[in-house]
Amino acid sequence: MSTTPTSTPKLNRVGLSVVDYRGGKTTLCAGCGHNAISERIIDAMYEMGVAPERVAKLSGIGCSSKSPAYFMGRSHSFNAVHGRMPSVATGAMLANRNLLALGVSGDGDSASIGMGQFVHLMRRNLPMIYIIEDNGVYGLTKGQFSATADLGSKLKTGVINDLPPIDTCAMAITLGATLVGRSFSGDKKQLHSMLKAAIAHQGTVMLDVVSPCVTFNDHEGSTKSYKYMKDHDEPLQEISFVPVFEDIAVEYDPGSTVEVTMHDGSRLRLRKLEEDYDPTDRIKSITRLHEAHDAGEVLTGVFYVNTQTPSFIDLLNLTEQPLATLPESVVRPGREVLEQAMEELR
Amino acid sequence: MATTDVALHEASGRLEPKRVVNNMSIQVATVNGSGSQSSNTVLLRSIFQMGVPVSGKNLFPSNIAGLPTWYTIRANKDGYVARKKEIDFVVAMNSETAQEDVMSLAPGAAVLYDEPLNLSSLRSDLIFYSVPYDKLVAPVCPEAKLRKLVKNMIYVGVVAKLLEIDMGEVEKAIRKQFAKKAKAANLNLSAVQAGYDYAASNLPKRDPYFIQRMDKTQGKIIIDGNSAAALGCMFAGVTFVSWYPITPSSSLPESIIEYMKRFRIGPDGKATFAIIQAEDELAAIGMVVGAGWAGARAMTATAGPGISLMAEFAGLAYYAEIPGVIWDIQRVGPSTGLPTRTSQGDILSTAFLSHGDTKHILLIPCSAEECFTMAQDAFELAEQFQTLVFVMSDLDLGMNNWMADPFHYPEKPIKRGKVLAKEDLDRLGGFARYKDVDGDGIGYRTLPGTDHPAAAYFTRGSGHNEKSQYSERPDDFEHNMERINRKFETARSFVPRPEVSTGKSKIGIIAYGTSHWAIIESRDQLRKEYGIETDYLRLRAFPFTREVHEFVKQHDRVYVVEQNRDAQMLSLLKLDLEPALITRLRSIAHIHGLPLDARSVTDELMTMEGK
Repeated sequence: MSTTPTSTPKLNRVGLSVVDYRGGKTTLCAGCGHNAISERIIDAMYEMGVAPERVAKLSGIGCSSKSPAYFMGRSHSFNAVHGRMPSVATGAMLANRNLLALGVSGDGDSASIGMGQFVHLMRRNLPMIYIIEDNGVYGLTKGQFSATADLGSKLKTGVINDLPPIDTCAMAITLGATLVGRSFSGDKKQLHSMLKAAIAHQGTVMLDVVSPCVTFNDHEGSTKSYKYMKDHDEPLQEISFVPVFEDIAVEYDPGSTVEVTMHDGSRLRLRKLEEDYDPTDRIKSITRLHEAHDAGEVLTGVFYVNTQTPSFIDLLNLTEQPLATLPESVVRPGREVLEQAMEELR
Repeated sequence: MATTDVALHEASGRLEPKRVVNNMSIQVATVNGSGSQSSNTVLLRSIFQMGVPVSGKNLFPSNIAGLPTWYTIRANKDGYVARKKEIDFVVAMNSETAQEDVMSLAPGAAVLYDEPLNLSSLRSDLIFYSVPYDKLVAPVCPEAKLRKLVKNMIYVGVVAKLLEIDMGEVEKAIRKQFAKKAKAANLNLSAVQAGYDYAASNLPKRDPYFIQRMDKTQGKIIIDGNSAAALGCMFAGVTFVSWYPITPSSSLPESIIEYMKRFRIGPDGKATFAIIQAEDELAAIGMVVGAGWAGARAMTATAGPGISLMAEFAGLAYYAEIPGVIWDIQRVGPSTGLPTRTSQGDILSTAFLSHGDTKHILLIPCSAEECFTMAQDAFELAEQFQTLVFVMSDLDLGMNNWMADPFHYPEKPIKRGKVLAKEDLDRLGGFARYKDVDGDGIGYRTLPGTDHPAAAYFTRGSGHNEKSQYSERPDDFEHNMERINRKFETARSFVPRPEVSTGKSKIGIIAYGTSHWAIIESRDQLRKEYGIETDYLRLRAFPFTREVHEFVKQHDRVYVVEQNRDAQMLSLLKLDLEPALITRLRSIAHIHGLPLDARSVTDELMTMEGK
């Protein structure tokens, strides 16, 4: 019998190896884009040195919403009801402001049944990462169109989509999310950097990640297939991310690269592939998204970033200690307060 | 008392006024948006300050301005505070309803009306007083646009003179009402004085009604149930509130906001709470579920339509076992029509809210005091049983003013239920979220953010095993459902017990919530007018406790009195009682949207008794 040589696993800054960020075995279809996204989340969390115990995974209903079971098993997770994960996330984050909330939703879960909660989450700028694993179809109910399916795209059964898609990124920017981008489950490097920036950001991060459904929407005529994405993906930037704890000084040309300093001091670097694009200009970013849509391009990259707007937790002026664990001495006013209240009512 | 206490009685062949002291119902008919609320509150408080028990009930439309509204003040020396069916003294300010208001009165009632309404010719068996409000208001209120509001204060003065309400108390009530606005207080005072003076010179007393000082309100407070609930929640240590505006619940969270801003900001100026106006009730309960899951004392307040929208999440919370408190300030049914009228119509739908097998703990307050105490009970039970607890108030309790004893400071420490901290996990090594370790059906939970590698668990709906792992196994599902049911059975011994008053009667009455106030009066009517003794059990919670079964066993006939059409509580009782006892239950149900009155209960019970 041979023994495999033991090697010390590489540890991150909180002393954990990448294994500590893994979850259960996936039950999604082989080749599903969602599995690739789970892998990217594991890598990004590991590399950023996020303690898994600090993370709260939240999801709605659908294939994408099942995926939190397949990564970060040491994090609490909540599989909520269809389209209503934003409200659960809001309650959880406000109860414990120290959590890092990671929401995983799908295009059906967000853009149809969950639209009401989605838009209100975006406008509150609650600190959380909200990922839409976007494949244009309802997988778990066997392949009906979702509201992000492109006009004219075709189902396996031959049914043509005759309604225009909802651009969740344009909506998120309009409504008040402060870090918004689109990526592709097959673009390892881009998604990886975007997720790391998302972890460093303090506000609502909305990432729409096109994630092909190999079973119901990966055929000729689909606009959410691997092939279609490879042919039509138009990255706006080359994205790199320098975490605050990696003190690397790299020269960059301010003419060709936008550098954004994140809340924790990390730096998000966007080397422009499109000369005029300014990811801090809210109005123009929305315009560009609509132009891309009309041109049949799938624009990817960081569309909008804003590190100035106060988060919902700042707006609410919440005390530093999590509300969840405030002691009785803080949450129950004294006898004199009840006396005063009674006196006012006499 | 009511039927024998007639205003006029025959004596030596001619009608002679008899003094009716501290026993009357005054109804003010106005148009909403005319500022009558302040006048009515002043009138109510003045009587209260004279030591006479009072209650105030606002019958208002679903509208902001221009539709009829009636405010009824009942003063009663015996302490009855239920709505009284008969009106003794009408203040008619609304031309639209004046005729109908007058025609529906019993002979001998008094009517104080705005002179142009010219009501005195309508009937000859009433006592009419006419007041030229417009002429009186002009000199005291030079600003024409304020006159509409100030005009209402004039009737306070007239009523004070006619009923002999102490003007010193009226002034005190006005100063309280306009505490921060001395100018407004003075303006209103002069309007009251103008009314008083006019009555003194022009309106000789012809009705028999008088208010006289008593000592029955000493130390008491006046508060609406929603504000009492708000105070209760604050002292229960609530840290998270989400809500969506809906009548009649909105004033509950609004009152919480007011109190929390005053009393729950820490020394560092930071809030020890989060209060969110949600986008709808789906989100309101979703936020409660999220916050409860993460460890906050979380609540929302709504009414029937909101409860319907919360159904799906209520089921998830039931299955995932997440604490939260939901106030249902019940009102009449869906959409437009009677949303501003009271009801007890959500009992059945809330008890089983959601899909699949679900049942929830309901607490049912009848008074402002109980809104305060049950707020605390609700949070304790929710966290003890890791489930939603619904507090079933109603519009009458929530929005009307009630006399109450001052609230007692909570003496029991706050208990957060079975929550494992890092230190516990260090000791235990791990845990199984849904394992019944203690035999009471209640598992141990951890909060997200607990710094231990074994702290995490995956929260999901129906399909999970003891370790909260995904499972579709029939035995896992069955065991889990049985365990959750065990929790419910355990809860029977922990929910507030009913209030029982038993003698040797064969007749029992079961009621709950605000119906209580009509029942205590009705029982006196039955005793005094018919010589019938009754026993009484006031339900305070679902699941039912042992006392409820015992009570039905002890009585031949049990009248279940409630404010809905389909005898909803009776139906719940049927599900719980042994079959032989079910036939003893009889329903007295009211659905008119008005608070229940004693006379209706008495009459119906006597009819059903065949007498």
